[in-house]
Amino acid sequence: MNLWLILAVNSIALGGLLFLLASGFSLIFGLMRIPNLMHGSFFMLGAYLGVSFLRLGAGFWPAAILAGLALAGTGAVIERLLLRRLTGKPQAQVLLTLGMALIVADLCLMLWGGDPIEVQTPAGLTGVVPVFSVVFPTYRLVVVVIAVAIAVALWLMLERTRLGAMIRAGVDDPQMARVIGIRVSRLFSIVFSLGAGLAGLGGFIGGPILSVYPGLDQDMLPLALIIVILGGTGSLAGALVGSFVIGFLYNFGQALFPDLAYVILFVPLLAVLVIRPQGLLGKLAP
Amino acid sequence: MRITRRKALQSVVGAGIGASLGPLARPALAANKPIRIGLLTVLTGPLAEGGIQIRAGTELFLKQRNHTLAGRKVELIIQDTGGNPAGAKTKAQELVERDHVDMIFGPYAAFELLAINSYLIQHKMPTLSLAAADDLTSRTPNPYLVRASATSSQAMYPLADYAARELKVKTVDTIADDFAFGYEEVGGFQQVFDDDGGTIRKKLWSPLHTPDYTPYIAQIGAVDGVVIGLAGSNPVKFLQQYASLGMAGKHKLLGGETAADDALLKSFGDEAVGFISACPYSASYDGTQNKDFVAAYTKQTGAVPGLNAATFYLNGMVTEAALHATGGKTDDRAALVKAMRATSFKDSIRGPFHFDRFGNVVGNVFMRRIDKSGSGLVNTIIKVYPNVSQFWTFDVKKYLATPNYTRNGTPAKLAQNAAGAE
Amino acid sequence: MKPLAIAAGLAALAALPLWMPGGSYDVNIASQVMIWAVFALGLNVLVGYAGLVSLGQAGLFGFACYVAAWLVAAGTAQWIAAIAAIGFTLVLSAVFAVLALRGTGISFLMITLTLGEIVWGIAQRWVSLTGGDNGISVSTRPAPFGISLDTATPFFYATFAMFVVMLGLVWRFVHSPLGVALRGTRDQPRRMGALGYNVWLIRFLGFLVSGFAAAVAGLFFFYYNEFASPYVLSLTTSAEVVLMVIAGGAATLLGPIVGAALVLGMQDVVSSYVAHWNLMLGAIFVAIILFMPEGLVPGLARLARRPGAAPAAPRPGAFGRTPS
Repeated sequence: MNLWLILAVNSIALGGLLFLLASGFSLIFGLMRIPNLMHGSFFMLGAYLGVSFLRLGAGFWPAAILAGLALAGTGAVIERLLLRRLTGKPQAQVLLTLGMALIVADLCLMLWGGDPIEVQTPAGLTGVVPVFSVVFPTYRLVVVVIAVAIAVALWLMLERTRLGAMIRAGVDDPQMARVIGIRVSRLFSIVFSLGAGLAGLGGFIGGPILSVYPGLDQDMLPLALIIVILGGTGSLAGALVGSFVIGFLYNFGQALFPDLAYVILFVPLLAVLVIRPQGLLGKLAP
Repeated sequence: MRITRRKALQSVVGAGIGASLGPLARPALAANKPIRIGLLTVLTGPLAEGGIQIRAGTELFLKQRNHTLAGRKVELIIQDTGGNPAGAKTKAQELVERDHVDMIFGPYAAFELLAINSYLIQHKMPTLSLAAADDLTSRTPNPYLVRASATSSQAMYPLADYAARELKVKTVDTIADDFAFGYEEVGGFQQVFDDDGGTIRKKLWSPLHTPDYTPYIAQIGAVDGVVIGLAGSNPVKFLQQYASLGMAGKHKLLGGETAADDALLKSFGDEAVGFISACPYSASYDGTQNKDFVAAYTKQTGAVPGLNAATFYLNGMVTEAALHATGGKTDDRAALVKAMRATSFKDSIRGPFHFDRFGNVVGNVFMRRIDKSGSGLVNTIIKVYPNVSQFWTFDVKKYLATPNYTRNGTPAKLAQNAAGAE
Repeated sequence: MKPLAIAAGLAALAALPLWMPGGSYDVNIASQVMIWAVFALGLNVLVGYAGLVSLGQAGLFGFACYVAAWLVAAGTAQWIAAIAAIGFTLVLSAVFAVLALRGTGISFLMITLTLGEIVWGIAQRWVSLTGGDNGISVSTRPAPFGISLDTATPFFYATFAMFVVMLGLVWRFVHSPLGVALRGTRDQPRRMGALGYNVWLIRFLGFLVSGFAAAVAGLFFFYYNEFASPYVLSLTTSAEVVLMVIAGGAATLLGPIVGAALVLGMQDVVSSYVAHWNLMLGAIFVAIILFMPEGLVPGLARLARRPGAAPAAPRPGAFGRTPS
């Protein structure tokens, strides 16, 4: 097997999966100015809910959509009932998401038990496809396609719709957005809900690759943080680039520097934070 | 919400301790006071599943004995360490200093046991643990430890022997969790595999929290077998990713005691079929006691028991036999541990076993292959290695004088024939 | 707070081994609460007084733990190990500070989080030095002036002495001109700069004070547990100590102490009775942030003064506008 080629292809595949995780995180971070420390929890909750939908007889893709919608609803409720009360206090909001992460982790353990759950790859996508001289799992390439589709949809939404224009205005200058009559608080609800929904969808779609287990939340949250800090907050392109950069760093780093596996992602992150706090493509400091 | 301690106290029939008294209940000083067993386990966080199985195995044993061992009532006090060494220390102190337990069952993870090891020795606390750290029953022994499961490397010796001699595997790559348990498993495998003429081509170490194993799987080369020293939910993730990369069938898959645990079978998909693993317990062992145990456990929990649950059921058996030997006395801790280590079983849920002078088990190690059975998977026993000791066939003195297995080192030659050469 | 009340509180605490019902176990819990309280008091200098939330504080706490454990395990005298642990941790604090003070607010939080994760990763991975996941265990506590600290009560009094000294030091610091200036940098960083204060230097010094407290607490944590393991360096530990400060009340002296008692009470006491204590801890924490955003100590004081009163405008800093 050609190691380098596999690593390169997988970097892109992993990058796609990471984008599903990080896009919502980036939107929330960009607009609300908070790292949502329960984003990993959304990802895990989406995966668990999707598994339950599967068990209730839903097909794979309907289960994925339902998981996304369920999480969008959860996100909306959390924003309206909890985060809304802390408007203008970003650090309190961050700490609230930290507390919620504790709650969700324990709740999942209570409801779904501690056994790892393997999500079966949807029928028809279980095989491998040849990529140059190697073979690669079909499903992972499908995930990349989904990620790209979501990236395009989000880009169109941000650039071409009125909602997108308002979000962009809110990201650039929330005070000014308010002055010109944009209801920023409603934007917050929409964006938080959207971000949670994307994470939930990503969690379930990631299921056939990552499986679902207690601790999945803690495994994913640092990745979301790293991607968004690296790519730059409030920048969709940044999240996309960040996802693929991390995809490459992860794959080549683990293979080339196994001794540094535990810190391989944090060292470049630190460098970016210290040298260019706004991230690679970011417009504003986090 | 479950109220673990209260539940435990309620189970004491007629002990005169009402649930309402809760923690303030002090052991009565009467001669027939109940025996107190403290169970240190993990009920929250990522390690919780194993900890819940431990609790179920312990509770099942005590329920079957009507909470009476050698004529004395038994009280079980369950504590959650949270999978955190400092938590293990605090909870151990609570069991020892406040609840005045007579013995401790647990803890679960090696890093927890290592964190409380000197405390337990200091308090002469009989400890029946699953934590597999090799040294605690060999180079730096805890005189109060009794281990009915195995050391990390114990089941790997027969696995290597089976791979080299029966499967004719010549070359392997290994992948294991990047921590002490992984080093000891892979070191143990290498020790015997090298002697049998096999070669480990590459050792891969993955962090405990590895979302995607592809960078490691891609490094597995043209070898006969892959040795998997992963624990927790990692084997499920690894095998799924291994198979999705089109690797299924390219190597013989060989695993340690945690890699294909019976309790994990319901999580694996068909890609696990053919996976061969070595474990000191197997749910499919067809001894009468084990059949009854599996049936009762499945009835109680709805799941098949694995090594975690079985070990604590065995701990119960060892305790019961030792109490019969001491006439139900627990006051002399050294005598109690001595009695535990002196127990010997002609049959049990893992077949016959006894303990070596360090309190580590000598007994069966099962070679199993995962097969399809109806809608699910089962571990089919393909060979039983009887009387496997933590020292395998090595010269014990030489073994004790050799440093423990490490991440990058090659184990020193230990085979008995080499011992005479020096 | 009235000096009399403080004296009475400390006296009650000092007499604790005499009146605690649970014997050595309860005394040990009290010692642990004091250790975590010192850790939280130090973090409060950053969170409460400087308005900088650090999520990497466990890196400093655990580092002190590891340095001491490594030296003691290697046979170094206890007093040398103690000085080295605190000294090296101060050096590491300075490194953390130089890097983290490139930003404030969320950016500061992220850099400290990253630094903490790197220290954790190194401890996990550099097995030959740190023992990896198994950590470093020793079986000796120091014996200052020939008094063995092996049992609960002597250890309690040693910890109590440390606690009183550290409480005094932190009190002295926040009331010093430097402490007042630190609050100035929290509320009005630009004006402070315009007034000729070196805002960066003031924050740097605040960070060192915080690191010093983390080091002392980490040292005692090591004495208490007699081991160092990667878990003390984890993000969970960092998050827990932030939780203590916020739950108890940032920018108050009593708050972090109450917060430490609350979190340890959940972990060590409630967990014996309630299986899903993590869920409860999270819920309590969320409730405090929502309904008592200033923390338990100021919140309860407010309720005591005017029952039913609406929360006062939250203190700036911990919860207020992020200083820019």
